[in-house]
Amino acid sequence: MNAIVSQSAQEVAVDRAKSPHTSMFLRMLVRAAVLRRGRAISALFAMVVAAAVATAMLNLYVDVQAKLRREFRNYGANIILVRKDGASLPADALSRVESVLAGHGLVAPFALVVARASDGQPVVVAGADFDRVRQLDRWWSVSNWPSVPQQALIGVRAVSVVSPKNQPFDLSFQGHTIHLTSAGTVRTGAAEDSRVYLSLADFVSWTGVQASTIEVAATGSPAEITAILRQLEQAMPAADVRPVRQIMEGEARVLGKTRATLLAATALIILTAALCVLSTLMGWVFDRRRDFAIMKALGASDRLLGGFFAAEAAALGAAGAVIGFVMGIGIAAWIGRVNFHASVMPRFSVLPFVLAGSIVVTLLSAILPISLLRRVQPAVILRGE
Amino acid sequence: MFARIVYESFRRQKRRKLLAGAAITLGVTVATAMIAVATDVGDKINRELRAIGANLLVTPQEDTLDVEIGGVNLKPPSDGSFLSEADLPKIKGTFWHNNITGFAPMLPVNVTLQRDGRTENLTLLGTYFAKQISFGKENFTTGVRSTHPWWKVSGAWPGDSSRDVLLGERLAARLSAKSGDEVTLSGRTLQVSGVLSTGAGEDDQIVGPIALAQEILDKPGAVRRVYVSALTKPEDAFARRDPKSMSGAVYDRWYCSPYPQSIAFQLQEAIPNSHAEQIRQVAQNEGAVLTRIEGLLFLITLAALFASALAVSAAMATAIFERRAEVGLMKALGAGRFAVASVFFAEATLLASIGGCVGFAAGALLARQIGRSIFNSQITISPALLPLILAIAVIVTFAGSAAAIRSAMRLDPVFALRGEL
Repeated sequence: MNAIVSQSAQEVAVDRAKSPHTSMFLRMLVRAAVLRRGRAISALFAMVVAAAVATAMLNLYVDVQAKLRREFRNYGANIILVRKDGASLPADALSRVESVLAGHGLVAPFALVVARASDGQPVVVAGADFDRVRQLDRWWSVSNWPSVPQQALIGVRAVSVVSPKNQPFDLSFQGHTIHLTSAGTVRTGAAEDSRVYLSLADFVSWTGVQASTIEVAATGSPAEITAILRQLEQAMPAADVRPVRQIMEGEARVLGKTRATLLAATALIILTAALCVLSTLMGWVFDRRRDFAIMKALGASDRLLGGFFAAEAAALGAAGAVIGFVMGIGIAAWIGRVNFHASVMPRFSVLPFVLAGSIVVTLLSAILPISLLRRVQPAVILRGE
Repeated sequence: MFARIVYESFRRQKRRKLLAGAAITLGVTVATAMIAVATDVGDKINRELRAIGANLLVTPQEDTLDVEIGGVNLKPPSDGSFLSEADLPKIKGTFWHNNITGFAPMLPVNVTLQRDGRTENLTLLGTYFAKQISFGKENFTTGVRSTHPWWKVSGAWPGDSSRDVLLGERLAARLSAKSGDEVTLSGRTLQVSGVLSTGAGEDDQIVGPIALAQEILDKPGAVRRVYVSALTKPEDAFARRDPKSMSGAVYDRWYCSPYPQSIAFQLQEAIPNSHAEQIRQVAQNEGAVLTRIEGLLFLITLAALFASALAVSAAMATAIFERRAEVGLMKALGAGRFAVASVFFAEATLLASIGGCVGFAAGALLARQIGRSIFNSQITISPALLPLILAIAVIVTFAGSAAAIRSAMRLDPVFALRGEL
């Protein structure tokens, strides 16, 4: 009501000259928001916060799977290619595997033989590509990686057999002897501890044995990894392609549970946010029962009034959703940076859901009080009862 | 008079009170459930991570090198030293025995397989499947079925006191053997109870009860290594310190934290002549995954607390905003600011306590339900948290009311009474 009274005559005249009839509806919308700035802002604030929280949660929910999968790739290989009995891996095996992966993962070749230390004790010697191993098997605790040829990485339990005083040592395999110095030790708590690792180039020139195993850490969803397994089988007929079930099953289990927990949390938080919007907006609409009564007294139909409040609510919902979406993406990115040390990509596919959800909640919170008020005579409201 | 105002306000404005009360109840429910889930999720995920396998390995102290490629042991099996099977139940007597979810001893022995006139050298791995063990008054079941959950058997698992064996998947395919067949191993005729699939070296081996392996090796009670699955705390700089260099109190703190290192240290103490070490592939990564998931849930809990605080204060602000006329009346009748505020705050406290108690109970139920449906185990919230959550509910309710009360008090009673706002 105040809206109409407080307008200066000049303003009204200018407005009317511009658009004689059509702008009334719009003007009522805008003036209603401008004049009760405090209430409108608090309603918009609730809307923005709710939309921001919902956006952030949905974004995280979609993205967290990919983030956690990356953490799980630190567990190392999830696929192992081993040459079949009697066959040998082709010379271009590594590049074939890499072309199948197309950048979605890490690859490291290994070769193994049993050699003899200078006192005749058998010891497993492995050839490896140290740069690749460093990336793939991040849990290896290595004192110093070999950097020059003829340097070996010795497992902590093998040290006492091959080089107890850190002196240079010899290993022999089928009559060929290699002279090595120790670069450092490796500790993993598993089979690696009793092995000696050489660079693959040294290993091949010494033993003549080519890589027999290729470890692959493929990233992607279970379906993608199954597809990679198939392609590897086709590309490498000479190899036995085995998924590392230990890693894959554990990963699936933990990811599934985390996602379910996150879903429950997301549902709860969105529910709370919707409730917050509902109570604020209902208060706002209820508070304007005088506007409602005056419009009705002036002859507005129930449909027009319903449309007016609904349009107002929908506009508020849409505005809140868009601002909230931007903020929510910011929150999701912040959480990604703090917790996963990686950026969470903004998912614009979330926007339609947030927008639709916001508008539904605002419409609901506008229509509920209106339908209550509709039953009341305008005179009763205007008398303040 | 004061009590009557508050009482009458509740009696006459049931609808409004119900609305604000419902908001507080829901807010507290969500907050309680999220706090319960967030505090417990670490433990739950830790248990799920145990699906990746044992994180600690116990070997004899004076062990010789393993000479093993692709699951085939190339070393004379009687070489080196062994652990004693009789010492194993002591694992459940260590300080962190409740954190040890299972263990499985392993004893690989070389066997010859006679079949269709051919002879083949193979490895038989002796282990526990699901063995009943008692330590003190405690009875428990342990073995590969709990420590190696990715081992799948088609057919039946052998009993731990039986003489049945499992054939590895690839070995079974090569021999075209299936469960129910008989195999002759080093002169013993044994029943194949099932075919084992692990995706690793055991697919080429035979797996049987440990007593059978000990009999073939002719070393009763011998165990080559023990895989131990323990719930651990992510490793930090303190965990990596050498226990020998620590002084009394620091050492106690290290010893009583479930770091992989300290549990390994205690296993070494419990089992004579043993060396325990973390399996870094499992132990190191599990810490990282756990930290990430816990961090995520922590941030989300903050978001949930924020959202429920906002919902509660929005509801309170709305409820009070609608009562400006009352404020005007009270002020017109001569009530001071303090008297008006105390009436509203008393109402808010009452609402928050009722809503808080109901919400706490509902939140505990909700958390239980989440725990049951997601993790198949209980998530409980300590009743000690009730006062804390009630206090938070009251503070948040106050905060939500404060702004509305302040703006209501600034009004001139005349305008408030005329309803011109």
